[in-house]
Amino acid sequence: MTMGPMRAMHGAAAPPRTSKDVRSTLRRLLRRLRPERWRLLGALVLGVTSVAFMVSGPQILGNATNVLFDGIIAKRLPAGYTMAQTLHYLRSHGHAQTAAMIAGLHLTPGAGVNITRMGVILGVAALVYLGGAGFSYLQGFTMAGVTQRTMSGLRREVEAKMSRLPLRYFDSHPHGDVLSRVTNDIDNLTTTIQQGLSQLLTSFLTIIGVLSMMLWISPLLAVVAIVTIPLAFVITFVIARRSQVQFAAQWRQTGTLNGLVEETHSGHELVQVFGRREATIDEFNDQNHRLYRSSFRAQFLSGIVQPSVQFISNVNYVVIAVVGGYRVATGLLSLGAVTAFIQYSRQFTMPIMQIAGQMNLLQSGLASAERVFEFLDADEESPEVLTSNVAPPHERGGRVTLEHVSFRYEPEHPLIDDFSLDVAPGETVALVGPTGAGKTTVVNLLVRFYEIDGGRILLNGVDYRDLRRDEVRRAFGMVLQDTWVFAGTIRDNIAYGRPEASDDEVIEAARAAHVDNFVRTLPDGYDTLLDDEASNLSSGQKQLLTIARAFLADQSVLILDEATSNVDTRTEVLIQEAMARLREGRTSFVIAHRLSTIRHANVILVMDHGRIVEQGGHDELMANQGLYYTLYNSQFAGATT
Amino acid sequence: MLTRLLRTHLRPYRAQVLLLSVLLIAQTVGNLYLPNLNADIINGGVVTGNLHYIIRTGAWMILLTLAIGLFAVIAVYWASRVSMATGADLRHAVFTRVQSFSARDVNHFGTASLITRNTNDIQQIQIFLQMALTMMVIAPIMSVGGIVMAIHEGAKLSLLLLVSIPVMTTFIGVVMVRVIPLFRSMQAKIDRINQVLREQITGVRVIRAFVRNEAEADRFERANADLTDTALRVNRIFALTMPIMMMILNLSSVAVLWFGGRFVSEGSMPIGNLTAFLTYILQILTSVMMAVMVTILVPRAAASAERIAEVLDTVPSISDPAAPLTPTPTGSVRLSGVSFAYPGSERPVLDEVTVDFEPGVTSAIIGGTGSGKTTLVALIPRLFDVTAGAVEVHGVDVREQSQESLWSSIGLVPQTAYLFSGTIASNLRFARPDATDAELWRALEVAQARDFVATMPGGLDAPIDQGGTNVSGGQRQRLAIARALVKRPRIYLFDDCFSALDAATDSRLREALREQTADATVIIVAQRVSTIMHADRVVVLDDGRVVGVGTHDELVESCESYREIVTSQLGEGALK
Ligand SMILES: Nc1ncnc2c1ncn2[C@@H]1O[C@H](COP(=O)(O)OP(=O)(O)OP(=O)(O)O)[C@@H](O)[C@H]1O
Ligand SMILES: Nc1ncnc2c1ncn2[C@@H]1O[C@H](COP(=O)(O)OP(=O)(O)OP(=O)(O)O)[C@@H](O)[C@H]1O
Ligand SMILES: [Mg+2]
Ligand SMILES: [Mg+2]
Repeated sequence: MTMGPMRAMHGAAAPPRTSKDVRSTLRRLLRRLRPERWRLLGALVLGVTSVAFMVSGPQILGNATNVLFDGIIAKRLPAGYTMAQTLHYLRSHGHAQTAAMIAGLHLTPGAGVNITRMGVILGVAALVYLGGAGFSYLQGFTMAGVTQRTMSGLRREVEAKMSRLPLRYFDSHPHGDVLSRVTNDIDNLTTTIQQGLSQLLTSFLTIIGVLSMMLWISPLLAVVAIVTIPLAFVITFVIARRSQVQFAAQWRQTGTLNGLVEETHSGHELVQVFGRREATIDEFNDQNHRLYRSSFRAQFLSGIVQPSVQFISNVNYVVIAVVGGYRVATGLLSLGAVTAFIQYSRQFTMPIMQIAGQMNLLQSGLASAERVFEFLDADEESPEVLTSNVAPPHERGGRVTLEHVSFRYEPEHPLIDDFSLDVAPGETVALVGPTGAGKTTVVNLLVRFYEIDGGRILLNGVDYRDLRRDEVRRAFGMVLQDTWVFAGTIRDNIAYGRPEASDDEVIEAARAAHVDNFVRTLPDGYDTLLDDEASNLSSGQKQLLTIARAFLADQSVLILDEATSNVDTRTEVLIQEAMARLREGRTSFVIAHRLSTIRHANVILVMDHGRIVEQGGHDELMANQGLYYTLYNSQFAGATT
Repeated sequence: MLTRLLRTHLRPYRAQVLLLSVLLIAQTVGNLYLPNLNADIINGGVVTGNLHYIIRTGAWMILLTLAIGLFAVIAVYWASRVSMATGADLRHAVFTRVQSFSARDVNHFGTASLITRNTNDIQQIQIFLQMALTMMVIAPIMSVGGIVMAIHEGAKLSLLLLVSIPVMTTFIGVVMVRVIPLFRSMQAKIDRINQVLREQITGVRVIRAFVRNEAEADRFERANADLTDTALRVNRIFALTMPIMMMILNLSSVAVLWFGGRFVSEGSMPIGNLTAFLTYILQILTSVMMAVMVTILVPRAAASAERIAEVLDTVPSISDPAAPLTPTPTGSVRLSGVSFAYPGSERPVLDEVTVDFEPGVTSAIIGGTGSGKTTLVALIPRLFDVTAGAVEVHGVDVREQSQESLWSSIGLVPQTAYLFSGTIASNLRFARPDATDAELWRALEVAQARDFVATMPGGLDAPIDQGGTNVSGGQRQRLAIARALVKRPRIYLFDDCFSALDAATDSRLREALREQTADATVIIVAQRVSTIMHADRVVVLDDGRVVGVGTHDELVESCESYREIVTSQLGEGALK
């Protein structure tokens, strides 16, 4: 598992992203929220209400402070005079400054604090805060739904995409990286959106609310406070541009690491027995270190936003205190107003800091989103006819025709060229030939795993291109060369091609494939759970299971690609009989290296280097003394010497 | 679990964490002192109208602010470093631990789950740490500081905190208790997503062949809906936390004004103190919000920590002995009285198997499907431990040798050929990174793979996709054989790895193999009689029991099972 070109390609830095990419990712992301737009609007309304409530809180508290302040000042003034008299008195006694300060207040000298009024004001404040919290909860509740549904939709779309991707995609991309996009990236995106969206929303609203309150109290102080915004914005922007790159690297690297982990665990025993543990751990460390580096940088960069913005707002706070203090001292503002203002400016800091922080977290989310979109944008299989106007060719024993078919996996490496073949319904065709001759490839083309480069393939006289892929495949029942069994019960695995099959049918198929006996020895019988890698079956048993699966699927064309290569020959002989029954009236393609398996074929095609080199019945080919003759005899090479 | 995990894995960063705390404390103290200065401005400047005092104090405040900012940046630097490094350490620890797992341990967790644990779960811890290191320290200090200062400003008023703080902590506690189990199941549901998708990738050909896309989509959708459901429940609970916390704090400040107003009007408290007190309440509010932001991360991190610890705490079911013996690698293999049943299953797969494999001798194992051939082969490199009896390699029980040294003398070609993504060369050099190109070609030649590798674009450097999906079945098997040959081990284990070869290639391969492996111990599992006919010795396995040992000719005479196998392939005639 040394760094191959694939791995290296994925580990290498991606092309530098422009901010345009990021913007378009953001736009795409927002577009996904469209179906939720009414709920989002609802959340917005709830948010505005809650913010309005929260913002008016300090204002109301400020009124209470004013009442208090007035009361104290008033108490210090001699009772029984009017305000005018008091002011006059103060001025004439050299307390002009104090006079100026209290001139704007409506005081009843000597009266003391009006406790009832304060009580009423505070009662209102309490209600306002309660209301604010209530609305804020409703907003959060709605947003949780919006986010989770959107992300669930995204996951669903990724899964749907998988079925439209060409097989090549899965071959050439590390599986773990694909998985990482669905789990790690979408997870990260969810977190960002979940926290980010509603926080961004409330923060913006809070800023607007607080700002208007401040403007109302004192336009001058508000202007001082506003200075923070562009400064904070510039800082956020400058830092975000840098952290963006690091976040992109972090998530790409997470994918690479996930790929490495997945592949290593898939080949766990090989890694052990080949003494590759150390080397694999080294490679892991290498990738792990890269991940560490980029995530550290990303975190640090996005982490300094907060202190920077805080610094600015602290400076701002000081300026407000100084300017505000000055204005109170000169009587231009009430103390209550300044206190409220200072409270506001504190309240102002929070959302700005949050926005700045969220903007940076958003970079992380966008980096992930981009990886998800990249997957969604991957080239799909060529589009197919949506509704075929040809009746699905479903009758038994389909006729399969290949006309001058050419195909290659890699453009520079020719494989199948001008391949023609016509198989009548009910016929059994055997494909034989040395390994790598292209037998499996022919099967791949028959079931349309790959699209041919030239010529055409017909099923019951209908060109494949006029059929949907599913329609083509529904005509085939097959056992692939690489057995695949999924985590689930034995029953589910056998009934894979026909989930509605009854228990009796499942058992019948299992009998025909000679796994029934074995399954019965298991404590849970057909309900035995096969684990992840189906490692609790022997290879031969797995093959028998897939044969049973093909038996049960009961399609018009049967394909058996090395279906019994790992099955012992005594069992194989028994299965042959079942197979013979199954083949009756069906078109079948049989690939086997054990030539005994194919003796019954109507036609034997001998392939070499992607071409048919010989064709005919067994006896005919033996008489020819060509490649088939050689292959056939080499089987008994031992027996004859 | 989270604390235990962090305690062990933060240990190397003790100094940094200490530095971090100092920085954060300094920063916090500064932040706490600011409103104090502000109160001074109001009390000493605004009320008395002393402008000079206002400006002087203001300058002080700016300086302080600058220092705070600086501390904060340094703190963030270390917090990011420590948290990401801890994450990296954890990933390393988990990965290394899994590397020492036996197949059984891996199966116990499931590959999909191990993948989630290695990335996603650790990610959660990392996020939590990052937040915790920057805020957890600040938040308590801020709130404690805020409380102290608040008490200082108005002792009687502070009694209010005795109500609001317990209310808040209780609330957070309740939320945590509700949410941790939800997160536990959420991570398990991510496992499930991983598993379903991974199957869709590995089984893509079968899924398409059987036109099961829709059914698979349903299966995924169930897992997806399940995950969404849990996530939704968690987040709806979380939606409650912030508003409630804010509410408690805001109501506290209302109460402060109510009671404080009375004290002020009675004259028992200066008004400047009341405003300062309010600021401190706001301070506490801010820090509580921070704490809540961190606390929100705790449950998920805790659930993940459990899952990580589960891996780290798993003692590999097979491990090296305390004092491993290192025998001279003679290559002899002996199974004496070996019985074996897979863990969790009663049925013995091997029953009292006693058999010897000698260096320089090619032995073949033949037997029905599921008779235990692969299992027998797996016992030699100790991929499983025997239930009874003993397996001796180089004359010493495998349980008394170190696994690495045992494995170094074994070349295994498993029944299902698996190649790693990379190139042909990188796969062949799997065991011996220093093998020369000539050696690789030599191995390819023996494995009858030279011709096709030579025609591949790039030759040895031709790319191989994960699993080896871009070569044919037979080519994959031959590459797997070549991979073992490059290793040049003392013992070769070929597990039915000629099955995808045509007979001609098969016989050529065996011919070449004979020279290459002349003095090694060779064990070949095969189904074809032609493959094993020339073996020096054939072991016939039937349902976990050895029913015959001998040469082909001897067995044809003496072993009923073997005779049946031969007839099934070569017809009655082959029996003479
Ligand atoms: N997915 C792929 N991408 C690129 N090349 C491929 C791919 N699959 C197969 N090949 C190449 O195409 C050729 C034919 O392969 P194919 O699998 O059809 O052989 P086969 O006749 O089935 O052999 P075997 O008997 O070993 O299964 C081989 O040279 C192989 O390396
Ligand atoms: N991990 C496992 N857990 C439980 N049972 C298992 C496990 N692996 C194999 N078995 C069972 O043990 C028996 C022997 O399996 P083994 O793989 O050794 O057979 P085999 O002789 O290699 O067969 P084949 O020729 O099909 O490869 C089978 O019945 C199988 O179902
Ligand atoms: Mg093939
Ligand atoms: Mg086996």
